[in-house]
Amino acid sequence: MDFSLSKEQELFLQMIREFAEKEVKPLAAEIDEQERFPMETVKKMAKLGIMGIPFPVEYGGAGGNNQLYSMCVEELSKACATTGVVVSAHTSLCCAPIWEHGTEEQKRKYLPKLASGEWIGTFGLTEPNAGTDAGGQQTVAVDMGDHWLLNGTKIFITNAAYSDVNIIIAMTDKSQGTRGISAFIVETKFPGFSVGKKEKKMGIRGSATCELIMENCIVPKENLLGQVGKGFGIAMKTLDGGRIGIASQALGIAQGAMDETIKYTKERKQFGKPISAFQNTQFQLADLETKIQASRLLVRSAAWKKDQKLPYSTDAAMCKLFAAETAMEMTTKAVQFHGGYGYTREYPVERMMRDAKITEIYEGTSEVQKMVIAAHILK
Amino acid sequence: MKIIVCIKQVPDTTEIKLDPVTGTMIREGVPSIMNPDDKGGLEMALKLKDEFGAEITVITMGPLKAEAIIREAFAMGADKGVLLSDRKFAGADTLATSNTLAGALRTMDFDIIITGRQAIDGDTAQVGPQIAEHLDLPQITYVEDVKYDGNRKLTVKKATEEGYQILEVETPCVLTVLSSANKARYMSVCGIVEAFDKDIDIWGFEQINVNEKKLGLGGSPTRVAKSFTRGAKSAGQLHEVEPHEAVEIIVNKLKEKFIIR
Repeated sequence: MDFSLSKEQELFLQMIREFAEKEVKPLAAEIDEQERFPMETVKKMAKLGIMGIPFPVEYGGAGGNNQLYSMCVEELSKACATTGVVVSAHTSLCCAPIWEHGTEEQKRKYLPKLASGEWIGTFGLTEPNAGTDAGGQQTVAVDMGDHWLLNGTKIFITNAAYSDVNIIIAMTDKSQGTRGISAFIVETKFPGFSVGKKEKKMGIRGSATCELIMENCIVPKENLLGQVGKGFGIAMKTLDGGRIGIASQALGIAQGAMDETIKYTKERKQFGKPISAFQNTQFQLADLETKIQASRLLVRSAAWKKDQKLPYSTDAAMCKLFAAETAMEMTTKAVQFHGGYGYTREYPVERMMRDAKITEIYEGTSEVQKMVIAAHILK
Repeated sequence: MKIIVCIKQVPDTTEIKLDPVTGTMIREGVPSIMNPDDKGGLEMALKLKDEFGAEITVITMGPLKAEAIIREAFAMGADKGVLLSDRKFAGADTLATSNTLAGALRTMDFDIIITGRQAIDGDTAQVGPQIAEHLDLPQITYVEDVKYDGNRKLTVKKATEEGYQILEVETPCVLTVLSSANKARYMSVCGIVEAFDKDIDIWGFEQINVNEKKLGLGGSPTRVAKSFTRGAKSAGQLHEVEPHEAVEIIVNKLKEKFIIR
């Protein structure tokens, strides 16, 4: 068993850390404050291959793997959780299902533009009445002979305001329950497709979260992703992969908050000494550092299993559960260590605390992760 | 067009701490980086490649771990890499270093040799010009910008203390480049992945055909008489003020110290 980083991983970290420090961190407060999508950063990331890390070069990707992708989301999120999730949703939730379930024609048509970052992708599963109970889909797709006709509304869709391609989950046969659900590749420019209202959120405020609305939306027959009736499985597998991305985001947020807290507690003096000299500070930081490192090992192991084509869905659930809860605990304590200053926007930790919360909710709540883990050990 | 860029692995001086007792640099645990001026030179070569097409070879002298900066150069877009590594090269001053590099360069094809102006660990700015002298090539130092006519003529902007000069030179030639010349590009993810599939040529004494007496410690006339660290005089003062107030503060300070009246 070898836990050391490869030379390739070290070189990658050198690049992504420099990029995050110089290009991402300086914008983090501003895009949060203005709820602005960081399009200029997306363009820079596209040029460097960051929008398609785990996909082959001949399909527009960078020829990397899920371990590099996970490190990328971690390092970006350390600086700015919005930027982290823009990459994660695009890569894991839109590019990956096309790569894993698409036909050769679909891959050739969509991946080069998506994985190169020329186009931005989304994933539409959640509906007003179908959240954790994703089987309760009310978006309907009807086979019209020469095309599919989609009607319904998806909500809380990351990247939606700037999307070009959307993976849409819809009911094709209600009588079949989850076996009557199918997946579609829907371009934003297809007739009947529109982007609805933008959410005002607590955190990750720059990620352009909107509704996707389909009103008699015409989708070509060849844009069915996978087989009819297999959409629920595609959605669940997609979320398994997505959880590695979100766990990496949570890990990055936690590490970012830890870095800020170390700096602050060494500088801030009370009762004649830096607050890092107090044992309460030391013990709490030691506990948190241990949890962050444990999260990292869980995330790296899940990403490694995905790269090795081993079963990883329980690993993905565990790393997301643990990293998300660590991020929430770390950021909450980071604010506490910063005291009154931590509650202001003068320091980044309040933003990190708001950003951390979503990692316990999206791509499966912490409770859903526990259901996945329990189902695996009790089967 | 063939461009050779000379690069050097140096300790990251922004991370350097000095031993409080001996006053020498603590090298342990200090990360190594590609020398910033050399990276500026590599970027200049990459821009010429983007515009006119070129084959870029990076060359460095150093221990085997200097491979890291060659991989980094690959990930930025360099095509080939040569590592000059031999016990006989060790302990070299600038003269022995330039003799070693020139020996290797004589065996290679090139139109332009680019070096950084100087390395941040030694700050001598001698190796580039010495290479040009050994190879009997025209040289332009302190280069900020270069334009290529697509044939043999380069129009070069050279920084001087007062401003800059515009000079013309024909290839083959040597340019020494400032890191401020351009913002070096990031490595691309694809470049990083492919960087480890490329071979690096490792050359020793046998490959370069230079008299052994001119290499390494034995070929180095430089002797360090003494090295010392200047102690900090006093803590600086930080004033965050508007420019006109800053001027007033500075003028008052200078008057206080009797530097101006």
